[in-house]
Amino acid sequence: MNPIGTEPYIVLSMVLFLMGALGVLMRRNAILLFMSVELMLNSANLALVAFAREWGQVNGHVFVFFVMTVAAAEVAIGLALIVNIFRERQSINIDELRQMQG
Amino acid sequence: MENLPLLVPLVIFVPALGAIINFFFGARLGEKWSGYIGCFASILAFIVSLFLLSWVTGTGGSAAVVNPPFFDGWLRIESIGLEITWQMRVDSLSVTMMLVVTGVGSLIHLYARGYMHGDKWYPRFFAYLNMFLAFMLVLVTANNFLMLFVGWEGVGLCSFLLIGFWWDKKAPEGWNNSNAARKAFVVNRIGDFGLLMAMFLIFWTFGTLDFVKAGELPNTEAKYLVNWREHNGLVEHEADAEHKEETETAGSDDHVDDGHGSKYKCVPADASAHDDDHGDDDHGKSNPLASDIRALYCDNHHFDTDLLGVFGQTTERFGKGEMVDFGGFQIAFEDVIFLIALFMLLGVTGKSAQIPLFIWLPDAMAGPTPVSALIHAATMVTAGVYLMVRSNVFLWELNHAGYVLGLIITLVGAGTALVAGFIALGQWDIKRVLAYSTISQLGFMVAAVGIGAHVAAMFHLVTHAVFKALLFLGSGSVIHGVEHGHHHAHDQGHGDHHDEHQDDDFDPQDMRNMGGLRKRMPITYLTYLVGTLGLAGIFPFAGFWSKDEILADAWFEGFELNETSGFIAFGVLLAAAAFTAFYMWRQVVLVFFDDARSEAAERAPESSGAMLLPLVVLAIFTCVIGLINVPKATPIIDGIYHPYEFKHFLEHSLVSVSRGHTLDFNLLIAGVALVLGIVSIVAAHRVYKGKGLASDKRDQLETSAPTRGLFKLANGRLYWDEFYSTIIERPFNRLADFLAIRVDWEFLHDYFHDRIIKRGFDTIGDLLSRPIDLGIVDGTVNGVGIFVQRAANWMRRSQTGYVRLYAVVLFVGVAVVIIFMLIPFIQALLQSGA
Repeated sequence: MNPIGTEPYIVLSMVLFLMGALGVLMRRNAILLFMSVELMLNSANLALVAFAREWGQVNGHVFVFFVMTVAAAEVAIGLALIVNIFRERQSINIDELRQMQG
Repeated sequence: MENLPLLVPLVIFVPALGAIINFFFGARLGEKWSGYIGCFASILAFIVSLFLLSWVTGTGGSAAVVNPPFFDGWLRIESIGLEITWQMRVDSLSVTMMLVVTGVGSLIHLYARGYMHGDKWYPRFFAYLNMFLAFMLVLVTANNFLMLFVGWEGVGLCSFLLIGFWWDKKAPEGWNNSNAARKAFVVNRIGDFGLLMAMFLIFWTFGTLDFVKAGELPNTEAKYLVNWREHNGLVEHEADAEHKEETETAGSDDHVDDGHGSKYKCVPADASAHDDDHGDDDHGKSNPLASDIRALYCDNHHFDTDLLGVFGQTTERFGKGEMVDFGGFQIAFEDVIFLIALFMLLGVTGKSAQIPLFIWLPDAMAGPTPVSALIHAATMVTAGVYLMVRSNVFLWELNHAGYVLGLIITLVGAGTALVAGFIALGQWDIKRVLAYSTISQLGFMVAAVGIGAHVAAMFHLVTHAVFKALLFLGSGSVIHGVEHGHHHAHDQGHGDHHDEHQDDDFDPQDMRNMGGLRKRMPITYLTYLVGTLGLAGIFPFAGFWSKDEILADAWFEGFELNETSGFIAFGVLLAAAAFTAFYMWRQVVLVFFDDARSEAAERAPESSGAMLLPLVVLAIFTCVIGLINVPKATPIIDGIYHPYEFKHFLEHSLVSVSRGHTLDFNLLIAGVALVLGIVSIVAAHRVYKGKGLASDKRDQLETSAPTRGLFKLANGRLYWDEFYSTIIERPFNRLADFLAIRVDWEFLHDYFHDRIIKRGFDTIGDLLSRPIDLGIVDGTVNGVGIFVQRAANWMRRSQTGYVRLYAVVLFVGVAVVIIFMLIPFIQALLQSGA
């Protein structure tokens, strides 16, 4: 029925997630790290939507909306934090932010 | 008329209310109203007593038992069958005491308004006086030994409070008035121990403390029981109505309806004859009250003795060879009664100031003079005599059984009369002379009880209350005057005289500072003279009649009945009477005659009208009160006046009337006593009149060689206090010192406490603290703490602060979880593959 099956979406989603995960692990810039987190979220969204289409159910769509809402809120708070951290320290290198080490 | 006994609670509650008002609001009411309330309460009680007197005489010597409202069954211990209801007794004996207490009391209240004028504790004084009246009336109206004891202790308390009323003043001896109060209280406690023991024995032996029970009243012709509960309609039983009908059939004219529909009943005993047989089964069990009332219908002899009070049981059980079981040993009933009477006598010696416990009364003169007059002369100290007269059954039965109780009581009384009379000869303090005189006269009364002359004892109690109150109030007037004279002499103005007189050494009570007051205080002098003649037993004043009756009874007892106690009483009391006349005239001469011996006495003013009025009233009574009991065949008045009124009045309350019941006027005895009194007065007059004091303010008797030793002995009060101090106080103190220093401090404290207990405690403490507390308990707690610290120190290294490291850990964790979750699938895949 669908010209494109579910598998390509899932593969894309996995690639995106892997990119996001590697970005989180490797990048030191907080904004880039943040972007990588968004990438991971959206890859998950993509997988959810793909499966929803596969099974013809609405649950996945609903989940996606929630994730997008939470992501938007998270971005608002996270960016505000980053801006404040930058104002405080003139740097957003997260390796330097380790005052709370044990 | 028949309702009158219901008033008897008022006689107590009115003074009690007065005391409460004065106690709480006295300071706010001010001196004037405080005094009014005190006097009003007392006078109202007196009026009620007069009503009760009219009831008793009007009904031919009836007795009534009244339950006061609100106090029904106020003490009940069911497990031992003790049930004490506060019943008040109205009979001729208690009414006599009520009249004495409230009558003399009212006059003294009126007097105190003048005497205490300006005192800063004025309301407190009236509160105490009213409280005393209330307690004294509890004592005399009591129908059981416990309520009597409540009153007995209550008046003791009031006595204590009033002796120490000016607690911060110094007595002439240099000790505080509060010490005198304490001495009185402690000495009285010894006597109270005796009364308590007597009460314990009574309860054990008779199973009740009631004098008489509801059903039983003494040997009077007419008998009444009046019950408040019934009167107030508090008890509404059907059986009550039934009972009422029955009463009416038994004797319809005896049932009185007072017009308000209340069910007051009074039931004469002679209506009983035809009712006592069939009443038992019908309704007696259903209604306890009915059986109480029914008890009235029966003669005493139809009763089991359990239904009788103490005195009835004594009569019934005496001489039947009964044994009283004391749990382990038995004592004959008669011996128990003897013991009870002896313990009671100890109580009497305390309260009525007899040998050996009389030493508190002279010191009790530290109180204000109205108190001395009311409590320590007229009323409280006669409580012991009243108790013995009330318990006359004991003495009566014991004397018949040949016990020596009468002799013992006579010895105590006569000995006290003589000793106190002798000491009074050598005293300088005007009130102290009167105090010893009081002790001596109480000795007369006790001796009269001892020879069985109860009526004579009560007669002397009444007359003595009147003239001794008069003398004390007179002495108060003298002291008051001398004090004021002292202030005038020293220009100290009109300040609070009670506060100022201790500034200097002047003693306004010392007769050496008086003299010549006859002209300065004429009314006080005249009334004092009447009191003196009354006390000295000079015809026709009160003391003549009462003292003569005691002597006549003693004569009869000794020379007609050949009893030892009679001889002793007659001889000793005659000597004591001679002393009485002598010391009283010495006092009159020293105080009123000759010239003033101090500036204060020279300027002493006559007291105010408030103080003189009671003196005059009491003086009039001293003249006439002897007429209440003139003997038969008295010359002149025989035939125009009823003889033995008082005796006939009292005999309704006494099992035994005086043995000299039929004694006519004995001219010989009266003559001897009178001549002896006059001779003593003349002797005193010759010794003191016109000569005043010898040089150096010494007594005339002290300067002449033959009497010097005797005077010193009397002046030193026979060294009685010193004697007690040697044989009791000093060994007691030595024992106390030994116990305190040797036993308590050195042995218990130093050795036992410091060595044994402290050292043992230290050892155990060491053992517990070091190895156990420090080692085990602290070690465990600290070990846990140290372990946690070290573990945390080691683990905190994992927190590097690199966010990306945390992310790695997170990813690894997620990967591990996913792999873990995939294990079943991988297994399934492998199995299906295989």
